[in-house]
Amino acid sequence: MTPLARKRLGKILLNAAGIAVFVYAVFPVYWMVATGFKANDQIFTTEFIPFPTHFTLEHFERVLTEGVANNSIWLYLRNSAIVALGTVVIGSAFALLSATAIARFNFKGRGTFLVVLLIVQMLPAEGLLIPLYMMVKRAGLGDQLLGLIITQVALTLPFAVWMLRTFVAAVPRSLEEAAWIDGAGRMTTFWRVLFPLVAPGLVATSIFSFITAWNDLVFALYLMSGSEGYTMPVALQYFFGQKGVDWGAIMAGSTLMTIPVVIFFLLVQRRMVTGLTAGAVKG
Amino acid sequence: MANTTTVARGRGSSPPPGHRRTRNGRRARASGLPVWSIPYVLLVPGLVVIAGLLLYPMVQLSIMAFQKVGLAQIRGTRPAEWVGLENFEKILANDIFWSALRNTVAFAFVAVSLTLIVGTAVGVLLHRLGKKMSLFVVVGCMFAWAVPPVAQGVIWRSLFDAEAGIVNWALNLLPDWLAAPPDGQESWTGTPWLNETVPLYIALTVCVVWAGFPFIAVSVLAGLKGIPAELYEAAKVDGSGPWHTFRKITLPMLKPVFAVLTVLSIIWDFKCFSQLYVLMNGPTNRDGFNLSMYAVAEAFKPPQKLGTGAAISVVLTIILLIITVVYVRQIVKQEEM
Repeated sequence: MTPLARKRLGKILLNAAGIAVFVYAVFPVYWMVATGFKANDQIFTTEFIPFPTHFTLEHFERVLTEGVANNSIWLYLRNSAIVALGTVVIGSAFALLSATAIARFNFKGRGTFLVVLLIVQMLPAEGLLIPLYMMVKRAGLGDQLLGLIITQVALTLPFAVWMLRTFVAAVPRSLEEAAWIDGAGRMTTFWRVLFPLVAPGLVATSIFSFITAWNDLVFALYLMSGSEGYTMPVALQYFFGQKGVDWGAIMAGSTLMTIPVVIFFLLVQRRMVTGLTAGAVKG
Repeated sequence: MANTTTVARGRGSSPPPGHRRTRNGRRARASGLPVWSIPYVLLVPGLVVIAGLLLYPMVQLSIMAFQKVGLAQIRGTRPAEWVGLENFEKILANDIFWSALRNTVAFAFVAVSLTLIVGTAVGVLLHRLGKKMSLFVVVGCMFAWAVPPVAQGVIWRSLFDAEAGIVNWALNLLPDWLAAPPDGQESWTGTPWLNETVPLYIALTVCVVWAGFPFIAVSVLAGLKGIPAELYEAAKVDGSGPWHTFRKITLPMLKPVFAVLTVLSIIWDFKCFSQLYVLMNGPTNRDGFNLSMYAVAEAFKPPQKLGTGAAISVVLTIILLIITVVYVRQIVKQEEM
């Protein structure tokens, strides 16, 4: 083989491998969406049916109108949205304050605080569930979405602060200095100079918190005992009924719950990588 | 104006003492706070949440592990009773604890190794692909990574379904010498994957590797992009082969990346919950529990035994804390905080 032909063959093989990886990554997701659109005779078969040739909206319709566990699915979507947005609003405000403190000031205990942040974000949520369950119950917040929001703020805050502090640090100090010299007070400087410049970072951390709270299964499962308080991940479990699994409905429901996550995720995945690996990856 | 440069110097932290004292003084008076206290005031909400909802519960958890906490204590009608080491003795004497520990460790070992191998291979591939193709594959990987854990479990539960699952269908296509159907079966169709512990964990591993490799791949890609091209040129001039170059340049340069990725993967796989919950259909099969599932099931399945659940959680947390120390050290070493 001539070197040129060998090079070309190598290129073809590389691209083929690339396509194989793409298919490996995407196929299961595609399968979820496709099954949601397949008629039942195409779902319950030992055949492999790559495309829904008997295309139907029946499952989506059924999921959206009939509901599960005595409630409409809109209630569960609403609960999920309330918990996720509540987490974002409270968590982001707190995270911004903490991140500003870390990135803008040198104070006693700063290093300790950073190390604590790194440690607590790695703790097992399932372990914290037990004491938090007691605390939420005793505070009279059991079965209330607020109880769930509080736990999610706690679980997302450490990483949100860790991520956001780099955004605050990236805003040149000279801009704030200039505002001070022009006579702006600390609060004005914060709102008019720092806040707009940190906004993209705030969006990124908000999306991270939203996804985490939206995806949570274990807290929603055990803090909420009545079905009125279920979130989407919990409600999905009830599609696996006793009478056999209604795959069409489950896949339609899973697709509904996945769509916002995928959209948001594509916007911020780079930030999450740098946040987690910190200095280890310099790319 | 001359002050601006002096103040802007440094790494953007507190205003240096001694500079522009009058200004600081005036600002401080305007907001009613001494300057030194401002970072602490800003930290209050965050500190309250972290101390009150993460650190204090950790303490609570440790205390509960030495108490008997049942329904009466949850309702607050009776105070918790100290039982010493009884909870720990109970779990250590229980076969489920040991099978859960074994499941957790074995699963984490296999899943982390496979995720790292697949992720690294894909990362290297992405680095060698053309720009457009690389982006195309990365976007595809993002889909696998973005799917919520519960939906991951749903997807793989359907793919491993006994009757209509694609896994059994694909195994039927393979020649018998490669994948013979289980004893007493004509074909793979009807093989229930999720009832027995070992097949269940095979399914879980496949699911977790699929969802976990993109993060590794993207991080490795970022690491590879950070290696100066001159190093490779020099190696080429010296006549180093591709494998030799990979071992002598790429791997050492990526060592810090791998350290962090390995630790993170171990932590995540050790506390894997949602996917297992969906695949095994809730805490049903006790032999298939891992430590997080066992802790939660013990604490919340009636009769509620929060004390014993806490003891199991303490064991899991201690293991994770030990691993976390490695992660924290690695990050602190690289990051100028």
